[in-house]
Amino acid sequence: MGTAPTVARRDRLGLGTSPLRPDGGPKVRGEFAFSSDLWAEGALWGRVLRSPHASARILRIDTAAARALKGVHAVLTALDVPGSELYGLEFQDQPVFASDVVRYMGEPVAAVAADHPEIARRALELIEVEYEPTAPLVDPEAAITAPPIHPEGNVVRHIRLRHGEDAEPGLPGGDGLVSVEGTYEVGMQDQAFMGPESGLAIPDDGGGVDLYVSTQWLHVDRDQVAACLALPPEKVRLHLAGVGGAFGAREDVSLQVHICLLALSTRRPVKVVYSREESFFGHVHRHPARMWYRHSADPQGRLVKVEARIVLDGGAYSSSSSAVVSNAAAFSSGPYRVPNACVDAYAVRTNNPPCGAMRGFGAVQVCTAYEAQMDKLATALDLDPVELRLRNALASGDRLITGQVINGTAPVAEVIRRCAAAPLPEARPHPPAMALPGGAGRTADPARVRRGVGFAVGFKNLMYSEGFDDSSSARCRIEGGAITVTCAAAEVGQGFVTLVHQIAEDVFGTDGVVLAPAETATVGSAGSTSASRQTWMSGGAVDAACRAARDALCGRVAARHGLSPEMVSMRDGRVVSLGREVDLTLDEALAGDVVDESVTFRHAPTVPLDDKGQGDAHVSFAFAAHRAVVDVDVDLGLVRVVEIATAQDVGRVLHPLQVVGQIEGGIAQGVGLAVMEEILVTDGLVRNPSFTDYLIPTALDMPVVEIAGLVEEPEPGAPFGAKGVGEPPTISSTAAVAAAVRAATGLELPRVPIRPEHIALAAQ
Amino acid sequence: MRPPVRREVLRLSVNGEERELLVRPYATLLEVLREELRLTGTKHGCELGECGACTVLVGGVPQLSCLLLPAQVEGAEVTTIEGLADGATLDAVQRAFMERGGLQCGYCTPGMVLAARALLDANPSPTREEIREALAGNLCRCTGYAGILDAVEDAARSGR
Repeated sequence: MGTAPTVARRDRLGLGTSPLRPDGGPKVRGEFAFSSDLWAEGALWGRVLRSPHASARILRIDTAAARALKGVHAVLTALDVPGSELYGLEFQDQPVFASDVVRYMGEPVAAVAADHPEIARRALELIEVEYEPTAPLVDPEAAITAPPIHPEGNVVRHIRLRHGEDAEPGLPGGDGLVSVEGTYEVGMQDQAFMGPESGLAIPDDGGGVDLYVSTQWLHVDRDQVAACLALPPEKVRLHLAGVGGAFGAREDVSLQVHICLLALSTRRPVKVVYSREESFFGHVHRHPARMWYRHSADPQGRLVKVEARIVLDGGAYSSSSSAVVSNAAAFSSGPYRVPNACVDAYAVRTNNPPCGAMRGFGAVQVCTAYEAQMDKLATALDLDPVELRLRNALASGDRLITGQVINGTAPVAEVIRRCAAAPLPEARPHPPAMALPGGAGRTADPARVRRGVGFAVGFKNLMYSEGFDDSSSARCRIEGGAITVTCAAAEVGQGFVTLVHQIAEDVFGTDGVVLAPAETATVGSAGSTSASRQTWMSGGAVDAACRAARDALCGRVAARHGLSPEMVSMRDGRVVSLGREVDLTLDEALAGDVVDESVTFRHAPTVPLDDKGQGDAHVSFAFAAHRAVVDVDVDLGLVRVVEIATAQDVGRVLHPLQVVGQIEGGIAQGVGLAVMEEILVTDGLVRNPSFTDYLIPTALDMPVVEIAGLVEEPEPGAPFGAKGVGEPPTISSTAAVAAAVRAATGLELPRVPIRPEHIALAAQ
Repeated sequence: MRPPVRREVLRLSVNGEERELLVRPYATLLEVLREELRLTGTKHGCELGECGACTVLVGGVPQLSCLLLPAQVEGAEVTTIEGLADGATLDAVQRAFMERGGLQCGYCTPGMVLAARALLDANPSPTREEIREALAGNLCRCTGYAGILDAVEDAARSGR
């Protein structure tokens, strides 16, 4: 095909600019159809009965009364699942409906379809389930050796990472070494997206089903649904409906199997919309963690060895626990040069709610611990915390504790310097009451407010790791006057749909392309909208498909006009030759023909971690630094996060407004984990499944975010040189806030979220 | 055991249009808007008045439709997100949300836009802190609010 034609670059719309989101208009008008907004003629309402117990044997289920209720069209239990009884993201270990035992509070036991949601609710009340409660296993540390609560055992995965010459447990030898030790905890965070789980399933005449649903990965949902329905995958067609936020919570199947079963058994469309309470039970959460650490450094502050023991509570089923614990181990020492490491990381099953993916998984938990350790080390060495981090900062060419050499960019020192250089906000001499800790409560005594500043750095892998065949497919079809791009990548709010138009602008000289709906029937998998991977993976796939289609069209025109292929290119959506002797509309250029190119894009291969936690398991890494400024009412323990400054390694900025939006939104979730958000679980029972009791930051809680730097060092191998930006803002923002509260109070505060009693009662 | 089939006649004025409906008396305004009138721009987020996704304007004042019975708003003018734009012409708040990164997933957007519109009607030049306070009842999980605050400031500058 010859060299790629050059495209006239119009800076107005292409990569690097901030064109409007194509879904912005429908979203501000209220016309954008979220999965909860869909309706079909004759649709029934589905609802799920869930276990009130964390651990129990099911002695009897009687659905007769529920079936007899007028207006009820189906009552389904495990007996009605025609295919696989189990599903799961990595391992099939979770029942569609519990039949013999329940392993967590909220586990589905039965489902009904009825004419009206109220009738469905009454039908659930009429289902008799006789439980024999058993003692729940709720201590993740005890779970390692306790009798198994699941046939697959309690330890989902143990990573035994040994790196360097001194890799066994124990203090390193050497003169003048300084060691610091601590045990840290992270509570269970919820993704708390705004749009609860919902969907619409419509059966067809041939025994298949169309499911319109909000999800992060259509094809992996389809495969799990098809296996449970005992249908070939092509008879289960998933369509992306509008997604009201995701953040990891829509990686696992929630209602997908239930709703399709109900639709197929009633031969009627079925709609399911979770309540907020059901949403808290219906999706996985961020793994709580307990982490012991010992850091040893030489007198100059160079890290010599990191030892850690990390236990992640995966709850009753495995979800993505094996990948989460892999991240926790691999990133357990932070973005620092560490010659020796001895890390044992466990993900275990308990009778607590299942945990899985949430923004920054695995990396978030350990960052709160290793950054607290770095501050302790700085104190022990009498070094400035920022200086200590700079002395140890990873750089390109350095080796991680997994033995992997970073071949890509690693501007760790740069993000630290840029973040630390941001001017500090000035303390207001007479702050309004709303700006004080306590805010609307106006409870803080300004004289008893202490300001603190904390600093933290974090990093994480981009894309799927450990040998996973991580691909994305895209298709570009030019027919008539139209260019249509098809890709199954889930738009969950991040703005992938904007990126598609920017890519098309750069390839075709026009953004006037049609992005077809994301679904499973017409295009291959795009992989998951997670792991900060879609800009790289599906951006790369769309770019390659568009280029292939453009080159095919230009090649045909060149051949028809007796020109060499490199003489023909596209400008402003027209096919033109260098001297404009040929200047055709798309329709003219096609001459009645069609161009249809499909591309499957893959990143560089990776390998699993070996039995010492070593191996080139990751493709690429992204880094960020955060500096938090907080005001703390030391008497009442109230914290006001005043400002977060941040610098982030982004590779290349493709859409400045959307990049900053990801950073600000990610920091909001990091701040939430630091001082507000926790699912409280007692004996396996969730105590706060509502926005009344599970608090996320409001507009008043959210600090000012100061973007101190978007560090652009193009990443080799990345399409456009861009790194994913979604997760790094969430990784070290929590640790920075915790550090700032420690600085303000002088307290150790080894656990996040930091609650008022941790400060107020400790200070007495 | 059937739910009460008794329905009541209800007269609602929604987006400038008089509507006469037969509704279950226990249905919330949110349910009536979404399921009877198919005005699905008003979102369900928490059923408890905590998240603000179901915000509508009643007589120009932001109200949580999940906590209201339709009978409570008879005789008042209800504005949902579908009624804010003037045909093809967006309200300045809507335009600014698109331009300034005021939305990502968009689920909170209808309620947030209406709450912002009500603020600007009552206070055309709010400070950033006044905007934060006015929008504190509307949760957003995507943006971290900065884009929303920027958008409301922009809309204030440009007027309606």
